[in-house]
Amino acid sequence: MSTSPRTLLDKIWDDHVVCAPAGELPLIYIDRHLVHEVTSPQAFEGLRLAKRRVRRPEATFATPDHNVPTSDRRLPIADPVSKQQIDTLRANCREFGIRLYDLGDADQGIVHVIGPELGITQPGMTIVCGDSHTATHGAMGALAFGIGTSEVEHVLATQTLRQAKPKSMEVRVNGTLPPGVTAKDIVLYLIGRLSTEGGVGYVIEYTGECIRSLGMEQRMTVCNMSIEAGARAGMIAPDAITFDYLRGRDFAPKDFDAAVARWQKLPSDPGAVYDRVEIFEAADVVPQVTWGTNPAQVTGVDAAVPDPGAFADPNDRSSAERALEYMGLSGGTRIVDIPLDRVFIGSCTNSRIEDLRAAASVVRGYRVASSVRAMVVPGSGRVKRQAEAEGLDQVFRDAGFDWREAGCSMCLGMNPDTLSPQERCASTSNRNFEGRQGKGGRTHLVSPAMAAAAAVSGHFVDIRTWTYKE
Amino acid sequence: MQPFTTHTGVVAALDRANVDTDAIIPKQFLKRIERTGFGQFLFFDWRFLPDGADNPEFELNRPHAAGASVLLARRNFGCGSSREHAPWALADYGFRAVIAPTFADIFFNNCFQNGMVPIRLDEADVAELFSRAAAAAAKGQSYRLTVDLKACTVADDAGFQRSFSVDPFRRQCLLEGLDDIGLSLRHVDEIGAWEAAHGLPAVTG
Repeated sequence: MSTSPRTLLDKIWDDHVVCAPAGELPLIYIDRHLVHEVTSPQAFEGLRLAKRRVRRPEATFATPDHNVPTSDRRLPIADPVSKQQIDTLRANCREFGIRLYDLGDADQGIVHVIGPELGITQPGMTIVCGDSHTATHGAMGALAFGIGTSEVEHVLATQTLRQAKPKSMEVRVNGTLPPGVTAKDIVLYLIGRLSTEGGVGYVIEYTGECIRSLGMEQRMTVCNMSIEAGARAGMIAPDAITFDYLRGRDFAPKDFDAAVARWQKLPSDPGAVYDRVEIFEAADVVPQVTWGTNPAQVTGVDAAVPDPGAFADPNDRSSAERALEYMGLSGGTRIVDIPLDRVFIGSCTNSRIEDLRAAASVVRGYRVASSVRAMVVPGSGRVKRQAEAEGLDQVFRDAGFDWREAGCSMCLGMNPDTLSPQERCASTSNRNFEGRQGKGGRTHLVSPAMAAAAAVSGHFVDIRTWTYKE
Repeated sequence: MQPFTTHTGVVAALDRANVDTDAIIPKQFLKRIERTGFGQFLFFDWRFLPDGADNPEFELNRPHAAGASVLLARRNFGCGSSREHAPWALADYGFRAVIAPTFADIFFNNCFQNGMVPIRLDEADVAELFSRAAAAAAKGQSYRLTVDLKACTVADDAGFQRSFSVDPFRRQCLLEGLDDIGLSLRHVDEIGAWEAAHGLPAVTG
């Protein structure tokens, strides 16, 4: 092992190489494996067919999140195919001895919300899940990334993965967050600059004063969307904010101080070399709104929808033309003039308690516009209970929002929460792809505060000009 | 897994960048618990009109793309969700190779698990293939390409030939149709040694 200065990625990688046989890709040990109902049934079936077992069931945690209804949980699941997938997860966890946070469990929720919340994900770990937003867990100073179902099966059977070492990219954000600008705006801005494929082949380490100043949940929002820039993983070096967040959580190490002493050695060494470095200034970021059908098609709330003819690259131009046609928008329309039909506050990007507090503070004392249907879907049972203890649910209900049970919900609309064709939605989720929230639905990605203000106003508004009541 | 050595097939030219896995297989079809049967839903929202009829404008529905098994696309193919349902749908439809200038990482890896080769060619070469496919289509003909994984080449019968690079281990697994997990389990002693060195209790049985 090299003694030259190492990055956070180098340190975690070096510690997890099981073997690197000649002519093969290295085998990397996986510390934690998170499982949900959509990408796992074929993996368990593969194990059964090959008469294999789960090597280390205690390293694996499961919860249903993608398909689950967010309405009354006492009612049976109406969609028989969704029900079958959830029943299958239940049966597989029972058969293979895996801990399941089932529907009805107080701690059920979106897998990327409950992992950190329960202290399952910790600094220095390798963490995988059959879900591209696994990058979220990198906020803890872990190497966390999404995998396909065949790889899920591989991890279940061997507790390892075949992986070539990814390249490293430092994305440094200098300065402090301007008022009204949140972690969501930062990451949307970065994706806009890096493009949807700028991070392909890389693990991004977010550094700089702006990133260091973010709380844990905001850091999760940033890392969560790394995949939208093409990077399988995003990570942030662990520090006192990380350790304070983890202390006392269900699965936090028993000897916490010893763990902290280990974790303090993880941050990149001075002089460590990244394969690529990109530097940004927080002061340049204004609240962001996507106008197209990929997350890099984004601009400031104070700007207008771009004219496709303004793009020099022919790919970018034709993508913009297609996107505007799908979105029912034309170049030159001011972002604040775009009217909305729906507002969705939720998803693994923005459904944690700080997100709900931010949205509630905007909504307090206001009513949702009569033309808008708005919903809040907490990320987990714990987030929901915490919000209710703080009275946030009442703030949302009083304003006319639906207050729902935990799940992925309208981020991808696998459950009954979907957009109708041509409905336009301000969403705190992570993908504005065609049809993502429902066939023909039109998604604009924004921060929780921006979504809340849009719900009240019926169109986008610049949150920096908002009048907060009480 | 189905081995891949060499394959000649009809090209479908999907002239779009950033084709995401939601477009390849929309979420309403992710509820199956099998690996098979996804081909009928491939590119569903683009391929079918609201009344369920074939969309005649969509590449896969054009006569010259009938029976296509080589997919040509623009940059960043397969971005977005990790769903392996995307390569399952492509493979189930009949595709054996996807050619694009760049691919999203997770999709790229997933292809190898399903007997399908993702091939990165220079943007100019991909543009050349698009124009050759378009020229054939203008004459009402199909355009065919041969992918040779042993030689790592893509070629047509009219003088186009380019080499591509692929990880040697992934290539070997595809050529031989090897079971990834079986290969990894040969290293079970090393896995156990890693666990012991990191203070984990031994796995027994």
